[in-house]
Amino acid sequence: MQDFGAAFGLAFGLILSGDADLAEIVMLSLQVSLSAVAVACMIGLPIGAAAAVYRFPGRAALVVFMNTMMGLPPVVAGLLVYLMLSNAGPLGGLGLLYTATAMIIVQTVLVTPIIAALARQLIADLHTEYDEQLRSLGLRGIRTIATLLWDGRYSLLTVALAGFGRAVAEVGAVIIVGGNINHATRVMTTTIALETSKGDLGLALALGIILIGLSVLVNGGVLALRATAVRSAYA
Amino acid sequence: MLRRRLLTLAAMLALAAGLSALSPNDTAAAEKFIIVQSTTSTQNSGLFDFILPKFTKKTGIEVRVVAVGTGQAIKNAANGDGDVLLVHAKPAEEKFVAAGEGVKRFDVMYNDFIIVGPEKDPAGVAGMKDVKAALKKIAGAQAPFASRGDDSGTHKKEQSLWKATGVDVAKASGGWYRETGSGMGATLNTAVGMGAYALTDRATWIAFKNKGNFKIAVEGDKDLFNQYGVILVNPKKHGNVKATEGQAFIDWLIGAEGQAAIAAYKRNGEQLFFPNGPGAKPS
Amino acid sequence: MPDATAGFAEQALDVRRPSAILPLEARNLVFEAGGRRLIDGIDLRLDAGCRTVVMGPNGAGKSLLLRLLHGLIEPSAGSVLWQGKPADRTVRRRQAMVFQRPVLLRRSVSANMHHALRANGFSRQEARDRARDWLAYAGLSGFADQPARVLSGGEQQRLAVARALSLGPEVLFLDEPTASLDPASTLGIEEIIQKAAASGTKIVLITHDIGQARRIADEVVFLYRGRVEAFDQALCFFDAPGSAKARAFIEGRIVL
Repeated sequence: MQDFGAAFGLAFGLILSGDADLAEIVMLSLQVSLSAVAVACMIGLPIGAAAAVYRFPGRAALVVFMNTMMGLPPVVAGLLVYLMLSNAGPLGGLGLLYTATAMIIVQTVLVTPIIAALARQLIADLHTEYDEQLRSLGLRGIRTIATLLWDGRYSLLTVALAGFGRAVAEVGAVIIVGGNINHATRVMTTTIALETSKGDLGLALALGIILIGLSVLVNGGVLALRATAVRSAYA
Repeated sequence: MLRRRLLTLAAMLALAAGLSALSPNDTAAAEKFIIVQSTTSTQNSGLFDFILPKFTKKTGIEVRVVAVGTGQAIKNAANGDGDVLLVHAKPAEEKFVAAGEGVKRFDVMYNDFIIVGPEKDPAGVAGMKDVKAALKKIAGAQAPFASRGDDSGTHKKEQSLWKATGVDVAKASGGWYRETGSGMGATLNTAVGMGAYALTDRATWIAFKNKGNFKIAVEGDKDLFNQYGVILVNPKKHGNVKATEGQAFIDWLIGAEGQAAIAAYKRNGEQLFFPNGPGAKPS
Repeated sequence: MPDATAGFAEQALDVRRPSAILPLEARNLVFEAGGRRLIDGIDLRLDAGCRTVVMGPNGAGKSLLLRLLHGLIEPSAGSVLWQGKPADRTVRRRQAMVFQRPVLLRRSVSANMHHALRANGFSRQEARDRARDWLAYAGLSGFADQPARVLSGGEQQRLAVARALSLGPEVLFLDEPTASLDPASTLGIEEIIQKAAASGTKIVLITHDIGQARRIADEVVFLYRGRVEAFDQALCFFDAPGSAKARAFIEGRIVL
């Protein structure tokens, strides 16, 4: 068994060497997961905010559904999307299976419920504070939701981060719909799984360390942005 | 200023989304590529990384390999999710062709299976050649045995060997017979972790880096022969199959050039696969 | 109301024509919550042209009454009528409210103004002009690009009042707008309120501050336990209150 020190050394060596394959894998990981989070925000934030602001039939069921889907096992999501995108499936004609787009789709499926559920909680709290004022100003419907989302924007960044964490760390779904194809759909997590199965635990661990480092960078960046906002009382 | 920063962030997100839409990976029309459904052993051994660039360089066709167990590879291909199938379970392959899912099966290469086990050899099978006798001894000693348990080519092979010995491993499952339900590499990691014997193809074993104190225990039986075959997925059944490019790959693989490339692949000085397709040089 | 939506601009700072939506009436207004009758049958008529101050001890129902009149909550029974009719869209647009603790958006001062104006149908250009004019009116021009939430308490409340007035309301409800402000800020707010009243905006103000009530009120509604205990001209109310409870309240004695 390789020791951790050696793995750290290997990780830094890989980073410093500027290995082109590694760079490609890292960029694809970021591209896929950031895209998935962006799409999930576009879908999940309005849904979460609507569930927080409106009373409509089926609202309780929607909330239960969102909270349940937060725990959707990635491999199940992967299977569902595979069955949809497979050439034997209903969307096979799109030719998306084993592409980065398929991985974005499956991660969007995984991340949207997290974004929606967490946004609902956050927007509900904000709505309690804003409700009377906004109604007094004559705001209704979409405008209320847009106002709350915009005023909660810096808090919602942490929601997006939670989604990014799930997306970038996930392997079970992307390996099914992406296929872990070298130079096409190989991302950090599937590479780690592959190196582990090759028995190269040291390299796998080194890649894991790089992935964690990547998450630290993204998280740090977003939190720094948020801290700036807090200082100027925008958050 | 803050607003500008936020706009930048939004722009970045939009850019990421845009990038993915325009990603070269997805612009299938712009470059030629085929998808090969294959097995973990060919991928984990590093063979593809060695031979595929040669093919791509010659033809401009990129080969994208999805490496899963043979059983899953065949199922994926039967869904039309691939252009070429390259696996190692001859009876299943012939069934695939007979069902009209594939066009024609060709031999590509072979290597052999081996049984690996811990150095201290609790079942006393080290050095044996007769694989059935060795398996019987393992069962008799109730020494732990790690099985793929995933309907892969290796798993099918192992099942047929157990069947020939008359040992009912299903009854021992969860006891000394342990099904990992994982790929070859993952199963070897598990076997090494718990000191269990395991059946593996030689190529994966040679390339495997987490051997611990494990050694080859049983090898050399003609029953351990491991044949790989290649099949073009039937374009008449699956309209999306890129027949021309897929056939080009098969022709190259079983032709002189591909066969020579396979023979040239070595790890630690050892040849991992032995070409025996139509274009193989007689040895 | 043929010209109900016409002429926002001249309403902004000038004396305006007689109200198109007043009088405002409460008829047998009841509000219950948790099995308790918090507003217990209020009848009230508020006319244009005078400043109404609502007073009373805590729990008397002042804030609830204001919210019922403003339409933020629905009465359990009874009705709120504007010129004899329930509030419609036009009526709702021609009234505004300032809360004790203003909710300012997490944006700049001018964006707060702009947001409210745009939500009320003003064009981009109109919103920009109005925001600028009303910030100047409230003495906040220098803060236009600052985040609203870093303003002092007094400045924040001035912004909230400016935001409400910029919409050109005929009726402005104020729920203890100066309760947490220092005397100087309080006077600043009062000055804005007085100017608005002078230009024809109907003021309905809740306050605990008897000095403020004396400075502002033309008429006083004194609430006690969800009922109107006294409703008088300000001079009468302060000099010779008709109700013993009101007298006690004015004299600073505890009213239970």
